[in-house]
Amino acid sequence: MCLGIPGKVVEVTPSELGIVTGKVDFGGVVKDVNLSYTPEVAVGEYVVVHVGFSISTLDEQGAAEVFRYLEELGDVAELRDPPGGSG
Amino acid sequence: MRFVDEYRDAAPARRLIDAIRRRASRPHAVMEVCGGQTHTLIRFGIDELLQDALELIHGPGCPVCVTPLEKIDRALAIASRPGVIFTSYGDMLRVPGSSGDLLHAKAAGADVRFVYSPTDAVDLAERHPDREIVFFAVGFETTAPANAMAAWLAHRKGLRNFSLLVSHVRVPPAIRVILDDPDARVEGFIAPGHVCSVMGYREYEDLAAEYGVPFVVAGFEPLDLLHGLEMLVGMLEAGETGTRNQYVRTVRRDGNPQARRIMDEVFEVADMAWRGIGPIPESGLRLRGPYAAYDAETRFEVAGLTTTEPAVCIAGEVLQGRKKPHDCPAFGSACTPEHPLGAPMVSSEGACAAYHAFRRVRGAADAV
Repeated sequence: MCLGIPGKVVEVTPSELGIVTGKVDFGGVVKDVNLSYTPEVAVGEYVVVHVGFSISTLDEQGAAEVFRYLEELGDVAELRDPPGGSG
Repeated sequence: MRFVDEYRDAAPARRLIDAIRRRASRPHAVMEVCGGQTHTLIRFGIDELLQDALELIHGPGCPVCVTPLEKIDRALAIASRPGVIFTSYGDMLRVPGSSGDLLHAKAAGADVRFVYSPTDAVDLAERHPDREIVFFAVGFETTAPANAMAAWLAHRKGLRNFSLLVSHVRVPPAIRVILDDPDARVEGFIAPGHVCSVMGYREYEDLAAEYGVPFVVAGFEPLDLLHGLEMLVGMLEAGETGTRNQYVRTVRRDGNPQARRIMDEVFEVADMAWRGIGPIPESGLRLRGPYAAYDAETRFEVAGLTTTEPAVCIAGEVLQGRKKPHDCPAFGSACTPEHPLGAPMVSSEGACAAYHAFRRVRGAADAV
């Protein structure tokens, strides 16, 4: 139920009553999305979409930091258990 | 798909599994609260890969599963009225009420329609001024801003033929019930990432301080959950409480202020009964102020319709993490996704449906 799908914003359209709508591309499937809860989002940025509403913008730098940590975790594991070692 | 595929990469998953096993000096009992996270853990077999380091207890975070029986019965009563178009997210259509579900009502002639977004229901109200459009507003805090926007828009547009049957639940009071249980075994929690995208995680910092347990806010992909569990095991081994955020690409400490503003304008906190668990103080939301005029229970006079839950299944104990789905004698025999006895077998995020879809039966691991 709390499913949130990441997608790339391809169109932003301010409309009536201060509502911001737009189109979001989910790996080739483009859908109309209400962007009012991420009104600052620009075309090309990514949002998480839940029941037709964006609930968050995706922080690329935050994502990159996690992957750097996962890479380091590999380095540490290899220091502990060198390839070919008996573990 | 970007922000999905890279979180399913096997190499970092192996490194995280190794790290969790290395760090855990004994098996820790931890709970993932959200049903979406339960689904990922079971689908990818993460619970089985980590069974020597972690016992994963599945929490009550499936709004479809905890919607009380009497709300379903009220939905059925409203949907059967002449002139009503009853709209709902697809998940709710098959949840059994006292007599049948919303799809049965549709088969019997009721105008029940599945909507993708609550604004679709508002559009229907504009297009059919001669009909009463009712939207079944269920969900946790993730969904509350979207459902709130439907009431907000209807009010701004002056739509008198639109109303909401509200069954909203809040996560932190349910965690409190689990921690207050004298038999509580849960040592740490994976907090729900999309609820926190909206609400932030200050409420979890308060729970961590009050109960002395660690929380890690995590996402929904396999690497998110493995990384979150690795952080949680690290906190447990270090005796650290508090709340840390694995899902930094999406969750900020204060959540989404725009979403919270509309949610707070439309809804206020209220007591709520959870299916299988019972009443939990301040665990729900109701329409407030001018928005109370959009309450379908008042408009259709069904608030007096009450139902007692039959003791047909062990959903309550499954939802509180006391029992696993395959501990139920009806699991996979009398109760299946095609003929569910209880709601956790209906939603794909219900623990019973996840166990059934991925063939988790008691003793299967020993037989392989």
